Amino acid sequence: MKYVIIGNSAAGIAAAEEIRARDKEGEVVILSDEKYPVYGRPLISYYLLGATDRERMNYRSPDFYEKNNFSFRPGTRAEKIDAQAKEVLLSGGEKVKYDKLLVATGSRPFTPPIAGLEKVKKRFSFMTLDDALSLEKALAGKKKRVFILGAGLIGLKCLEGIADRANGVAVADMAGHILPSILDEAGAAVVQRTLGAHGAEFYLNDSVAEFEENAALLKSGKRVPFDVLVTAVGVRPNTELVKEAGGQVRRGIVIDDHMRTSLPDVYAAGDCTESRDIVSGEYRILALLPNARFQGRCAGADMAGGDEAFDTAFAMNAIGFFGTRVLTAGCYAGEEYTEAEGDTYKKLFIGDNVLNGFILVNESECAGIYTDLIRRRTPLSEVDFALLEKAPQLRAFSAKARAGMLAKEV
Amino acid sequence: MKRIYVNEKWCLGCHLCEYECAFANSGLTDMVRALKGKTIHPRIRVEDGEEIHFAVSCRHCKDALCVQSCISGALTKDESGMVRIDREKCVGCLTCVLVCPYGAIMPAPDGHAAQKCMLCTDNLCGEPNCVKHCPNNAIVYEER
Ligand SMILES: Cc1cc2nc3c(=O)[nH]c(=O)nc-3n(C[C@H](O)[C@H](O)[C@H](O)COP(=O)(O)OP(=O)(O)OC[C@H]3O[C@@H](n4cnc5c(N)ncnc54)[C@H](O)[C@@H]3O)c2cc1C
Ligand code: SF4
Ligand code: SF4
Repeated sequence: MKYVIIGNSAAGIAAAEEIRARDKEGEVVILSDEKYPVYGRPLISYYLLGATDRERMNYRSPDFYEKNNFSFRPGTRAEKIDAQAKEVLLSGGEKVKYDKLLVATGSRPFTPPIAGLEKVKKRFSFMTLDDALSLEKALAGKKKRVFILGAGLIGLKCLEGIADRANGVAVADMAGHILPSILDEAGAAVVQRTLGAHGAEFYLNDSVAEFEENAALLKSGKRVPFDVLVTAVGVRPNTELVKEAGGQVRRGIVIDDHMRTSLPDVYAAGDCTESRDIVSGEYRILALLPNARFQGRCAGADMAGGDEAFDTAFAMNAIGFFGTRVLTAGCYAGEEYTEAEGDTYKKLFIGDNVLNGFILVNESECAGIYTDLIRRRTPLSEVDFALLEKAPQLRAFSAKARAGMLAKEV
Repeated sequence: MKRIYVNEKWCLGCHLCEYECAFANSGLTDMVRALKGKTIHPRIRVEDGEEIHFAVSCRHCKDALCVQSCISGALTKDESGMVRIDREKCVGCLTCVLVCPYGAIMPAPDGHAAQKCMLCTDNLCGEPNCVKHCPNNAIVYEER
């Protein structure tokens, strides 16, 4: 059996490991258009922050590919899938045959057209290790002023990474508050205070009308000078390979619960796909590392002849900024339960006898107990939810349920 | 593998396991010096209800959500089935805290990493110190 995996990151590696666990003999080819062994993509901001280093960023040990007998092809791009001939065309012209193919191509940065953007010479995205290394170089020497376009997860993690080595960081976003995809206004205010204390300036409800080489002219009329620009407005899933091969693509690659695309023997996993969100029931791109791993592992199992399904996808984010902790999960619909005091903030979203979602700022303890209520869609009538509202705790469960957790193997 | 299991009915809620955990992981051999006047940060936690008490520590889940979810590769399952944390690799993002269904992994006191029970294989005890000192066998270390 010959397996080809496009993408050497969370989803691709999870699949490769699962294939190897089930098929000791099969040939596994891993293609990557990056040049590094697998690293924790989210760690690029921690690298700039000095909280990790190149060696510790490696997601697996140095002998990982060899030990597992994976044929790893760094710096090799898959250009085209021929689903009839079952082969992949590589950059350089080589063709690789497959019996089973996994597309785990992730996403790429996307910036809408903005007047003058091409005039900015020191302009970076923040998605890859190479991006982080280039940014590091650009920030070396005399402290620079940085302008970050986008106050989402990636923009603000970048901000945390560089705030203390920059001469001020300005962030602009069209949204009225920071981290709009995961926080409400009150939660965002806590995080914004922390970032402000590290010298960040925010231009919210605003956007860039035009760039000069070293300044952003905002719609509000303000002019913000900078030395270095980071664009973190959005991402686009890398779906083209599947689309051009005739596979079904909506916003992301369309897959079933076994991670199969509409093309025979072609699977997809990770940020390039759409998941069915178990909370909202909607199909959406869940660009999250755990989701990429679960999908990748499921794809690997099925590619190697197993029959696994992954059908518990939902949003969840753990993100921190200079010690301010944000944990969120699920969807923000339903009745709200709120507690706020100083820098702690908690909001639960309660649906029809189920927990739909939560926002926890500086309230991390035992948060996974809430997350599990979402994952299992636990009927709240089976637990003491009045207790759980106050704090996530196992005593809110029945003695029987608890024995199932603590008195037997799980 | 041998794991720590809870006999909820026998737990007195004395919290001794929390102190024994903190002591075992303090790196010190004198309990008074290790704990006196200090806030402890044990890897086992006791929940107290009106009539129930029980201790919770890492279940070393067969299919551990934390291992799959860790963004740095710091959490792994070793051959014995134990879930380990490599504190050097960990960046303290708390994704593991967000996914653990039992509240069994928590921020370490320095705030830069997570911590969890490793069955005292990472300290001088070698076997779970909490179990050893539980006065009522409310936690046991065995195969099930
Ligand atoms: C700065 C930053 C911080 C983040 N923080 C978090 C976090 O804290 N928690 C969290 O859950 N998630 C976080 N994420 C998201 C997380 O990194 C992704 O969800 C995860 O990496 C997705 O894994 P993946 O394998 O699907 O895709 P990716 O990690 O995007 O990897 C896809 C790989 O495929 C390669 N590739 C693409 N096309 C081709 C081709 N044609 N041929 C060969 N190779 C190709 C790409 O170069 C890339 O290496 C963060 C992301 C970023 C950028
Ligand atoms: S930390 Fe939690 S999820 Fe991870 S193995 Fe332990 S009990 Fe399971
Ligand atoms: S806090 Fe550490 S161990 Fe937990 S998920 Fe993050 S990097 Fe992994």
